[in-house]
Amino acid sequence: MSQQVRTIQGGQEYTGPGVVGPEYDNTTVTEKISNLVLRKDTELSWFAGVAIGAFGGLILLVSVTYLVLIGTGIWGLNVPVGWGFAIINFVWWIGIGHAGTLISAILHLMQQSWRNSINRFAEAMTIFAVMCAGMFPLLHVGRPWLAYWLMPLPNTMALWPQWRSPLVWDVFAVSTYFTVSLIFWYMGMIPDLGTLRDRATNPYLRQLFGLLSMGWRGATSHWARYEKAYLILAGLSTPLVLSVHSVVSFDFAVSLVPGWHTTVFPPYFVAGAVYAGFAMVLTCTIPVRKYYGLEGLITIRHLENMAKVTLATGYIVIYGYAMEAFISWYSASPYEGFMMWNRMWSGPYWWSYWMLLFCNAFSIQFLWFKKLRRSPIFLWFLSLIVGVGMWLERFVIVVTSLARDYLPSSWDVYSGTVWDWSLYIGTIGFFIMMMFLFIRFLPIIPMSEMKMILPRSKKAE
Amino acid sequence: MKSTGTQLDIEAIRQRLEDSRGPKYWQSLEELSDTDDFHAFMNKEFPQHIEEVNANPVSRRNFLKLMGASVALAGASACTKQPTEKILPYVKRPEEIIPGNKPLFYASAHCMGGVASGILVESHMARPTKIEGNPDHPGSLGATDVFAQASILSLYDPDRSQAVIRRGRISTWDVFINEISVALGEQSGKQGAGLRILTETVTSPTAAAQINSILAAYPQAKWHQYDPIHRDNVREGTRLAFGRDATVRYMVEKANVILSLDSDFLASGPGAVRYARDFASRRNVGEGDMDMNRLYQIESTPTATGSIADHRLPQRASDIESIARSVAAGLGLQVSPGATSSDASVAQWVSAIVADLQSQNGSGLIVVGDNQPPVVHALAHAMNEALGNVGNTIEYTRSIEASPVNQTSSLRDLVQDMADEKVDLLFVIDANPVYSSPAGLDFRTQMNKVALRIHQGLYRDETGEQCHWHIPQAHALESWGDARAYDGTVTTIQPMIAPLYGGKTDTELLSVIAGQAGKKSYDLVREYWENSGAVSGEFEAYWQNSIHNGFVRDSRLLAVNLRIQSVAEFGQTPNVSDDMEVIFAADPTVWDGRHANSGWLQELPKPLTKLTWDNAALLAPSTAEQLDVSNGDVLEITFGGNTIQAPVWILPGHARNTTTLHLGYGRSSGGRIATGIGFNAYALRNPSNSWFGTGAQVSKTGETYDLYSTQDHHVVDLEGLGQMQQERHLVRESDLAEYQGDHDVIHDMGHDPAAELSMYPDDHVYGGPNAWGMVIDLNKCNGCNTCTIACQAENNISVVGKDEVGNGREMHWIRLDRYYAGNDLDDPRTFNQPVPCMQCEDAPCELVCPVGATVHTKEGLNDMVYNRCVGTRYCSNNCPYKVRRFNFYLYIENEFNLSQEPVRQMAYNPDVTVRSRGVMEKCTYCTQRISAARISSKISDLPVKDGDVITACQQACPTQAITFGNTKDRSSKVSRLKASDLNYGMLADIGTKPRTTYLGRIRNPNPTLEA
Repeated sequence: MSQQVRTIQGGQEYTGPGVVGPEYDNTTVTEKISNLVLRKDTELSWFAGVAIGAFGGLILLVSVTYLVLIGTGIWGLNVPVGWGFAIINFVWWIGIGHAGTLISAILHLMQQSWRNSINRFAEAMTIFAVMCAGMFPLLHVGRPWLAYWLMPLPNTMALWPQWRSPLVWDVFAVSTYFTVSLIFWYMGMIPDLGTLRDRATNPYLRQLFGLLSMGWRGATSHWARYEKAYLILAGLSTPLVLSVHSVVSFDFAVSLVPGWHTTVFPPYFVAGAVYAGFAMVLTCTIPVRKYYGLEGLITIRHLENMAKVTLATGYIVIYGYAMEAFISWYSASPYEGFMMWNRMWSGPYWWSYWMLLFCNAFSIQFLWFKKLRRSPIFLWFLSLIVGVGMWLERFVIVVTSLARDYLPSSWDVYSGTVWDWSLYIGTIGFFIMMMFLFIRFLPIIPMSEMKMILPRSKKAE
Repeated sequence: MKSTGTQLDIEAIRQRLEDSRGPKYWQSLEELSDTDDFHAFMNKEFPQHIEEVNANPVSRRNFLKLMGASVALAGASACTKQPTEKILPYVKRPEEIIPGNKPLFYASAHCMGGVASGILVESHMARPTKIEGNPDHPGSLGATDVFAQASILSLYDPDRSQAVIRRGRISTWDVFINEISVALGEQSGKQGAGLRILTETVTSPTAAAQINSILAAYPQAKWHQYDPIHRDNVREGTRLAFGRDATVRYMVEKANVILSLDSDFLASGPGAVRYARDFASRRNVGEGDMDMNRLYQIESTPTATGSIADHRLPQRASDIESIARSVAAGLGLQVSPGATSSDASVAQWVSAIVADLQSQNGSGLIVVGDNQPPVVHALAHAMNEALGNVGNTIEYTRSIEASPVNQTSSLRDLVQDMADEKVDLLFVIDANPVYSSPAGLDFRTQMNKVALRIHQGLYRDETGEQCHWHIPQAHALESWGDARAYDGTVTTIQPMIAPLYGGKTDTELLSVIAGQAGKKSYDLVREYWENSGAVSGEFEAYWQNSIHNGFVRDSRLLAVNLRIQSVAEFGQTPNVSDDMEVIFAADPTVWDGRHANSGWLQELPKPLTKLTWDNAALLAPSTAEQLDVSNGDVLEITFGGNTIQAPVWILPGHARNTTTLHLGYGRSSGGRIATGIGFNAYALRNPSNSWFGTGAQVSKTGETYDLYSTQDHHVVDLEGLGQMQQERHLVRESDLAEYQGDHDVIHDMGHDPAAELSMYPDDHVYGGPNAWGMVIDLNKCNGCNTCTIACQAENNISVVGKDEVGNGREMHWIRLDRYYAGNDLDDPRTFNQPVPCMQCEDAPCELVCPVGATVHTKEGLNDMVYNRCVGTRYCSNNCPYKVRRFNFYLYIENEFNLSQEPVRQMAYNPDVTVRSRGVMEKCTYCTQRISAARISSKISDLPVKDGDVITACQQACPTQAITFGNTKDRSSKVSRLKASDLNYGMLADIGTKPRTTYLGRIRNPNPTLEA
């Protein structure tokens, strides 16, 4: 028996006290979300979106091919600036991924059930962002085909990682992070995949979703195990939120480069990552909810909550900036003092520091205003500014510190070449492509979890 | 295959076919003529040969294969009937050659401007790979200059001419001999009236004797000498002072006070290597010797010598005569005194110098630069005589040149004769006058009036292209020969390898002119000395001995007693206009342009400017300000009716209102590397202003040009630099009085934490018998760059090209950091600091490498394991000294290393890995040399002695500023120096515990000039 596919019209902003719009009940939530996947007609704009992303993906392929063929010399790197866009982008993408884990794990543990409508989306973002991030450390090495030497693989060459190097820690931090996030995301999706299997009319799709749902029948025993496993995974992910970016920050903090050698980095990086991640969730969800009429599921309240998290983490970041400046003075180290002075005033990159402060410290002050926190348009633009700001933060840390370190005789400047940019743009394209594919082929909002919060939401009204 | 391009020399082909013995199969005319095009075609069609050589550049098998193939091809391309030559199997090895064992060293010589310096050539299996100084040779004492170091690369330069060329087509030596004997026959009819020979400066007794015999056979023939970096002023100066030619020799080590007038005597010119050593021997504060000399440098262009001077005064080249006159007058000579300078400090300087020189009782010395006019040289001779310096710090000998002439006049006479069409037959031997003669002479046009022109040179250069015949010259490392050193010592040249491209020596060409065609250079040199009458006793022993030593012992010319004739002839003080001045100078790395095809020298950062791959119009900061130009702005410079365009480089310490243009660039035909870079300053030169002149018009064109320097890429934050240097104490300096008052003054400038203060455990086990360390004495280093290029030669360091230098990716393992101090941008104090790897005991690089590619050894070396490196560059980021170098590309195969040519691969040191793309590299303290010493020590069961391991930079250093050795051995020199209170570690305050340390610089200023 083929099921009737009904379309729920969305498009009304819901501003009530609940977290789900009034048009939704157990049936309509399922219909609304599963229909996004199961509908037969695909709008042209979706193809356009995928095409744009795929074009970026092609740029990525070309950039990677050329890089592997010719060498890292195609980038703007030099001595002293041995790391550039690749590391900046790595840290930036990893940071973006953090919101997903934070939302799914920490907010789940804290029983912030409003997060149910955005967690799937944020987790997908995490997966794709970590994929983008993971490419960079692999590609930025001089001989990428040997990058596997960073892994402790038993071999006959007597090679073994040098465990004191933060780059080895990175390998573990990032790969663990990716694995756990992937499992978490997939496991959370199993009940929904079961729903899609049941609702799919196309026999092939049914087979596929049947396979992916791993025999989910919605039995109470399933649910009991599911809940337990979900909780355990949330528990496992929680320290990861803190550890991954702490480890990434060790890449810098463990070194002795003035501007890197800073104890505030681990908390400051984690906060920055959550900050950037929430901004990215805003960047992605605001157009999607508008386009697919999901305002009733991802409501203004969700947006406002995310804006609040952005503001809070933004303040931790501002504290980080302040501490960097303060300690460089308070340490009385000539190297640190010069670094800060050079970064702010005298160096070739002074503009990047002030742009960074504009993007990350000044612009978020608008979030003190409730009206602005509840304006999707404003939040969307602000989220872009924050994205740029966080990229600049990594630029300031990586490039300005290296370009002016200990010996003035070796100073030089760095600027990204066409190939630096193309690889970056390529990963953005890849990310966009993956997001579009995700929107079309998987349930972007967890139906089962939405149904869990429906009664409470209704009650609140 | 394209048949166009090089035209075929049918006559030569026919002759070759006739000459070949037995049935000869051939496919095409191209094959027979054996042209480059044919080889290119063959390589394109059958590329596997090339591939194989490229794939494994240093394998012994490939090398032997290549050599085998070369021998076979040499036979195939022969142009005469070959004598039967038996190829011998390697069953009985040649004496002393053990494959894979230690290299052998042979003594030979390297010549600059005709003057020889002794060298030892490292030879691996009969393949020369490295030049070292000859420790016994008086002009070397074991050190070299940059040019000697780089000469190994020119030996393997694939752009050297490889065939006899007749009117643009490949021909043969025999055809040449036949054709020339006809022309010479015509000349002998008219006593050689139309015969001219043009050479550069000749000191070789053999060549001189040959030329003299030619001149005897052709009484009307003339011999001209011209070297673009000529020393006419020096010659004319001695003539003016003494009425005869003489060579001046300084005993710098005996001089307490030295006044140098625009002379870079410590870093360029004849004897510079020796003078640098002698000068540094009086800068031995590091070993507790407080008896320092004092150097006053008055110069126009900042030089290496100026950077080590105690007092330095920038003055225009034209104004220096005036100062020389004032000093002379101050010393009581009856000469017209100098004009009163508008610069108040000049008068103060003059009186201080006069007093200081007078108080030395004959242990002063006045040295004059080659660019200063004859009268300044004559004044210096008079002053040295008046001060009683002659015989103590300076002496005169008869000229070391075979025939000292005024080379500018000589060239001018030749051009005049050519213009008058008196010349029918011109031999240009080892010179390139079409490129390097002053533009005012228009040499090229006049030369083209000569009926038959023959050029011999290493390259088919600008002159070679204009000549009917071009004869490839054998490289010095392929030749037998002789020459005199700066003090006249007869120095022998022996070949290290058979001529790679069938080159002929100049003596072989001269023997053709002398009618003795077919003589080998070996016989020519040997016969000359056998018949010279200079040898008493058995000749064979003398010959063997000389060749073995590389020079004839005690053959230096004896001092002659010369007196100043009359100071009245020294003329009046000239009126010098205040117009813009132009100075021409030999380039510190490509010299007059002859080294322009050397990638090593092109990329070697020039002293002080740190420019690579270009020359520039050097300007003082204040002059640049007046002209409203900055680095890279293109100027139009008009001088003497000629105009060129040149980019500006602002050089602190340069004299005001003058610009220095380095010669040697703007080659139009000098090889793949040389051609088309920089601008040609010869185009502004005219015979009456060889070195400088006022009255130049300079204007800004509005265009810009990219100049790439390895330091100060951006002066944006120069403002904070001085203050920062003070805070960081990278280079430390004090003066003698202060140091004698407080011996801790250098040490106390920085913060050197005691080892036990570290929170980290001292977890290195330095178990071996040796703990390697290095001390670099900043009192001695003058920044001459020899260490950098010696390192490049020893360690197979790639050339990266101009663009990559611009990207900040130069590869030198030891670099010379240059810092300025002082408030006056136009007259700062300059510091040179050689920076190799510090081999830190707590090395920041080791900690961060994720794959363990950089590790610590028991002997304290910070080793780099290339095969293990994946190229994260984290080590470089974490290196506070930034001595690590990364292979961003496969540099070794780029076009600047010319490594697509198999011959170039022979230049590599087989003891050192050639690095691949994506790998980090850095100074290893010449670990291959340490290994060699360790192996010897194991075989002999004796410990490695102090001095058994000498790093390449240390060995080449003319001033012995670098000391390397075992710091565990308390009696080693390096331990003694490390115990000096001048010893400090750069950035030791961050806890790296560097094994390379520095001795702080102590100035010896004149208190009266300090106020």
